[in-house]
Amino acid sequence: MASTVGVIFSSINDENVPELTRVRSMGSVPYGGRYRLIDFALSNMVNSGITTVGVITKQNYQSLMDHLGTGKDWDLARKEGGLILLPPYSDESETLYKGRLEALKGATSFLKKCKQDYVVLSDSDSVYKLDYSKVIEFHEKKNADITLVYHEHEVSKSHYYVTFETDSDDKIDELWINPVTSGVKKNYINVMVARTSFLLNLIQDAIQRGYTSFGRDILAPGVKNMNLYGYKLDGYYANIDSLVAYFNANLDLLKKDVRQAVFGDRDVYTKVNDSAPAKFTDQAVVKNSLISDGCLIEGTVENCILFRGVKIGKGAVVKNCILMADNYVGHDCNLAYVVSDKNTIIRDNRVLAGCEIKPYFIGKGSLI
Amino acid sequence: MLRKKECVAMLLAGGQGSRLYALTSNIAKPAVSFGAKYRIIDFPLSNCINSGIDTVGVLTQYQPLVLNEYVGNGQPWDLDRTFGGVHILSPYEAKKSTSWYKGTANAIYQNIRFMKMYDPDYVLILSGDHIYKMDYAKMLKAHKDAGAACTIACMEVPIKEASRFGILNTNPDGSIYEFEEKPAKPKSNLASMGIYIFSADKLFKYLELDEANPNSENDFGKNVLPAMLNAGEKMFSYRFEGYWKDVGTISSLWEANMDLLGVTPKFELDDSDHVIHSRSPLSPPAYVEGEVVNSIVANGSDVEGKIVNSVIGTNCVVEKGAVVCDSVLMGNITVKKGATINYSIIDEEVTVGENAAIGAVKEEAVKVESKTAGITVLGRGITVHDGGKVAAGEIVDKDV
Repeated sequence: MASTVGVIFSSINDENVPELTRVRSMGSVPYGGRYRLIDFALSNMVNSGITTVGVITKQNYQSLMDHLGTGKDWDLARKEGGLILLPPYSDESETLYKGRLEALKGATSFLKKCKQDYVVLSDSDSVYKLDYSKVIEFHEKKNADITLVYHEHEVSKSHYYVTFETDSDDKIDELWINPVTSGVKKNYINVMVARTSFLLNLIQDAIQRGYTSFGRDILAPGVKNMNLYGYKLDGYYANIDSLVAYFNANLDLLKKDVRQAVFGDRDVYTKVNDSAPAKFTDQAVVKNSLISDGCLIEGTVENCILFRGVKIGKGAVVKNCILMADNYVGHDCNLAYVVSDKNTIIRDNRVLAGCEIKPYFIGKGSLI
Repeated sequence: MLRKKECVAMLLAGGQGSRLYALTSNIAKPAVSFGAKYRIIDFPLSNCINSGIDTVGVLTQYQPLVLNEYVGNGQPWDLDRTFGGVHILSPYEAKKSTSWYKGTANAIYQNIRFMKMYDPDYVLILSGDHIYKMDYAKMLKAHKDAGAACTIACMEVPIKEASRFGILNTNPDGSIYEFEEKPAKPKSNLASMGIYIFSADKLFKYLELDEANPNSENDFGKNVLPAMLNAGEKMFSYRFEGYWKDVGTISSLWEANMDLLGVTPKFELDDSDHVIHSRSPLSPPAYVEGEVVNSIVANGSDVEGKIVNSVIGTNCVVEKGAVVCDSVLMGNITVKKGATINYSIIDEEVTVGENAAIGAVKEEAVKVESKTAGITVLGRGITVHDGGKVAAGEIVDKDV
C-alpha cells in the first residue's frame, strides 16, 4: 500500500449520545465487552499497514488518553510515527473547534510534517471492518481527488448526515446533506481518503475563504468542481448515534455472523487488562451472552453483554442488558433492558427495567 | 552515579518436565498453559514485578521456542525496561568450551556476567514450575534483617510427602542447621520451595567453588546449599504461608487448575492486590449459550455445550451437545457436538471429533492404574476423529 497516514476524530459526534459521552469522548465509549469504539477505527488502520495515526481530541479526553497510552497495544509505540494525540489548539482569540473543518485546521501542522502520500480521515463512532489498502487502490485507479466511503442501509437518522448517488464509474454525481428522505441510501460513513497535499491545500483554501462546514462548503460544491468517488463498504456496519443504536449494536454481537464479521480473520486491538478468566458458580445460568474476563456469575444472565469484572449475585436475573466494566449486581436483583455505565453498584433486590426502544441508563459510578 | 539493581532474579526455566509427558513434548514446562489464560511462568514473573523486582534472567534450555516467543520483550509484565527488564538466557558457545547447563547451579554460574552487569547486592533464584503468589520483598527484608548469606523460602507439607522435597531442619530462630535433599526419613516437614535469596558476593563465591569441584553435580539442593552450611555460612528459613503448588505432575497440574474454581477458591486469580499478568490474547469476550456450572472460561471461547467443574482456556469451542466434566481445556481447542470429555487435560490446538469419548467419569477413572492417576491426557495439536475413544488414564500424542 502507498504510504498513508491516518487521522481519527475521537470526539466529533459526542452530542449524539450524551449519556455515554458526558464523562468521555466518543472514541472511548466502551463497546462489546472489552473494547472502546476507537479500537475499530484504529484496528482498521493498523491492520491495513498504517503506522502513523493522529488522534484529534476535544474536551474530556482523559479517558481516551488512559485507553490509548503510548499506543503500544496497537503496535503504535514507535520512534517513527506511531500514535500521536492532537489536543485542541486555541489561543485567547479562538475557542475550541466546533466542526470537522476547524478540527482539521488544528491538525495541519501534524499533517505537514507527515511524509506519507495519502491521508485517511475517520470518525470513531462506528463498528465495521475496512481494508484501507483497497480504498487507496480504488482511489488511485479512479484518479480521484477525494474518495468517500459509504455503506448502503436504510436512512433513519434525525441529525447531520450525508448521502450521495454515484454513476456507473462510482463517481459521485449528487450529494445531499441532511435530506428529508427514506429508504436504502448510500450513506457516507465519515471515512475519506485523499492525497495529503491535496487535503492540506483544501484546508488552507477553506481557512482563507472563511469556510466553516466540511460537508456544505467543500463536499457539496466538490461534486461539480472535484473528482469525488464513492467506495462501497460491504458487510456489517453499526453507527452509534443514539443510546438505542448503542444498545442494539452491542446486542448484535450475540449473532454469530456479526461476531464473525467484526472479529473474524483479524485482530481488533485494544488496551489489555489482565483480568482473571470469567467464573461461573453452581447456580449460574447463562444463555446467549458475551461474558468477559473478570466476571463472576452466580445468577441468571440472558441476552447480555457483560464487560470485564461484572459480578452478578445469587438469584439475580439479568436479561437484555449491557453492563460495563466493574458493575456489581446484588442478589435477587431483576434487570431488563438496562445500559449501565462503569463502576455501578446495584444493591440487592433492586428491580430495574427499560424497554427495547428506550433502555434504562445508569450513569458511571452510580449507587442504586 | 553508577546504575545498579539491588536485587536481580534468576528464573530456572530449563527443566524438561518429563513427568508431564505429552504436555511437554514440544515446550518447556514453564510455558505449559495454566488456569485458562495463563502460562506457568506468569506466576514467578508477576511475583517479581509485584515485589518491585524488575530485572529477571530467564534461563532456558529445553525446547525454548514457545517460551521465548511468550516472554518476548517482557511487556505484559511491565518488564520491558531500558535498564533491567526480562532477558532470556540460553546456553551459549564460549571461546574455550560450549556447554549445556549441567545443573541448576551451573546454569546460574554460566550467567554470572549477566548478573554482574547490574551490580546486585542480592540474587533471587526462582523455579519456573510453581503456582503461587508471593511478595519477595518481604522475604528480602527478612534476609537483610537476619544478615544471612542465604535465605530459603519454605512451607510445611504433610510429613508423608516430605521425602519428595528438600527438607530444612531449623533452630527456633529460623536459622538452618541441616539441609536434606529428598530424605528417605525426613526429620521435619519444612519443605524448601526452591526459592532462594543469596547475598550476591556469597553466591558468586560458592558458585565458583562448586564449579571447581569435579565431583559436584552442580545442583543447588544437592551441592551448593550443603557446601555453604558446612562452611558455616548464616542460612535462614523464610516461612511462607499461603497457596503454593508444584505442578510438575499431571495430577498436581489438574489439582492446581481445580483449585481455581468456586466463589472462594483455594487459589484466587481475581486479586487486585496481586494481579497475575499474562500475554492476554486479543480475543473478544466468551460467548456462552450452554450450561456452565462451577467452571472458569477465558475470553474468545464459544460455549454451546455443557461444562461442569472445568477450566476452559482461550478460544475454545464447545459445540452443542458436547459435555466437558472435571477437565482442563488449555486453549484453541474444538470439541465437536456429541463429544464427551471426562477427567482429562487437553493441550492446546486439539480437535475432538463428533461423538468422541475422552476419559471416563472421575469416580471410575480414579480407580484406573496409570502413570497419571486416571487422568486422560491429549497432547498438543492432535485430532481425535469422529467417534474416537480414548480410555481413562491414557496419554495420547498422535491422532486417534
